[in-house]
Amino acid sequence: MNECKFCCTELRDVTVCKEGMTLLEHINLHLHCNEITAIVGPNGAGKTTLFRTLLGEMHYTGEIKQHIHKNEKKTHGPIIGYVPQHLNFDRTTPLTTLDLFTACMQKRPIWAKMNTSFREEVLKALKEVKLDYAIDRKIGLLSGGELQRVLLALALQPKPDLLLLDEPISGVDVNGQKLFYETVHDLKSKYHMAIVLITHEIEALEHICDQAVLLNKKVLAIGKPEEVREEAVNQKQLYVGGRIR
Amino acid sequence: MTEILYNLIDFLFPFDFLSMEFMKNAFLGILIAAPMLGLLSTMVVNQKMAFFSDAIGHSALTGIGIGVLLGFSNHTLSMLILAVILGMLIAYFSYKHQETTDTIIGIFSAGTVALGTMLLSRNGNFNQYTHYLIGDLLSIQLEDLRILILVSIVVLVFWYFIFNDLVLTSLNVSLANSRAIHTLRLQMFFTCIVAVVVVLCIPWIGVMLINAFLILPGAISRNVARNMRQYHLYSIFFALFSGLVGLWLAYVLGTSAGATIVVVMTICYIATSLVKRLTY
Repeated sequence: MNECKFCCTELRDVTVCKEGMTLLEHINLHLHCNEITAIVGPNGAGKTTLFRTLLGEMHYTGEIKQHIHKNEKKTHGPIIGYVPQHLNFDRTTPLTTLDLFTACMQKRPIWAKMNTSFREEVLKALKEVKLDYAIDRKIGLLSGGELQRVLLALALQPKPDLLLLDEPISGVDVNGQKLFYETVHDLKSKYHMAIVLITHEIEALEHICDQAVLLNKKVLAIGKPEEVREEAVNQKQLYVGGRIR
Repeated sequence: MTEILYNLIDFLFPFDFLSMEFMKNAFLGILIAAPMLGLLSTMVVNQKMAFFSDAIGHSALTGIGIGVLLGFSNHTLSMLILAVILGMLIAYFSYKHQETTDTIIGIFSAGTVALGTMLLSRNGNFNQYTHYLIGDLLSIQLEDLRILILVSIVVLVFWYFIFNDLVLTSLNVSLANSRAIHTLRLQMFFTCIVAVVVVLCIPWIGVMLINAFLILPGAISRNVARNMRQYHLYSIFFALFSGLVGLWLAYVLGTSAGATIVVVMTICYIATSLVKRLTY
């Protein structure tokens, strides 16, 4: 039995226009649970727009449909976890990892006194991404990779049905990348969720992705990661691994 | 009631400079307003809204001008309406076109100062409004204090409920949206609160200095705070500390109270920055 509730997010003929520009055109896509989908494409291809559409920030035509598993009743929309590419803060901001979790998960404001059981809860969540040592550290003092894993842990509270990762490893060193992907891979098998990630480094990801999508306003190719990479190179849509092939 | 309050001040703070009634009022005004400004300051600094709160302050000039033109006896009302409308407009524009914010704010800021000056200088009468530029902390009346208390309670209640959402929105709008936060509504709401507080404080602090009260407590606190809780506590502490020390200094030196407080705050900022440099 699957422990997840939503089986698939389906985009049917989704088109997004803004200020007279077409950002996405006739997108048809299935995002299944227990699958990792990589979105690749050149800059300005509409990858982030696709995420913003899924998050409900953009007006679109067409349909985004949530399919649920048999034997499940629809009680609420899917929970979407989102890991942004950047956070807007400067290094001196006195915001600790614990503060960040409090802001997301608690009604009680960060500056009010906190109960100790919540701290335990956050520690548990951070252990899952191997970062329990960073609970009282300011987020400005975390490394790029650490911050991404904090955001990942945050996106898992509460457990989402659909997890969106926007270029999670840009600017992260090789070890950090490896750790990040191991964590993502573990999550998939553990929680059975649908995971979508935007990336420029498809090669590093092939072994963990189930599906890849080549996007440039339209869906240009969809299928197994290695096939999509071939296709991308053929169509000159992507400089794989930073080299022109 | 007032008698009891004044006697209490005499009893608790038997200082020479608090013996006068207007000094007592100013003292109470600082006790109420400083924590409120300290609270707002944390977020104004976090969201990099220094320029924005400056623009709201400047818009007060146009507010007064329009009030004079329409024959309002109470300029606060016209200032308030204009500041809230302007605040909402800026919040809306900066939300929709995130990259051009500071140009837009700059335009609004300069435009309202110019329009306000135009309206107020119409018959060569600008001099009678100059007290709005500097403000006079010693002119606080008892009924002003009542309004201040009311507003600071309202601000505190809202602060309790919206602070977490504001933090998330300031970090990343999409992240906040994914957490079911109505980011635009929230921003406009926060802007309104800032606008109301700014306008309310302008007669005492003045158009030119009000911004300091919204930036410095947060900026000082950043130098010493290690988490959000400390950030708030230190911000409130430094707002109160500078307020009271400034008031005393102003009495001793015979200077403008608002300006003296800002100077004390600036010294605090420099001192904490140095301490931070030395300890790291």
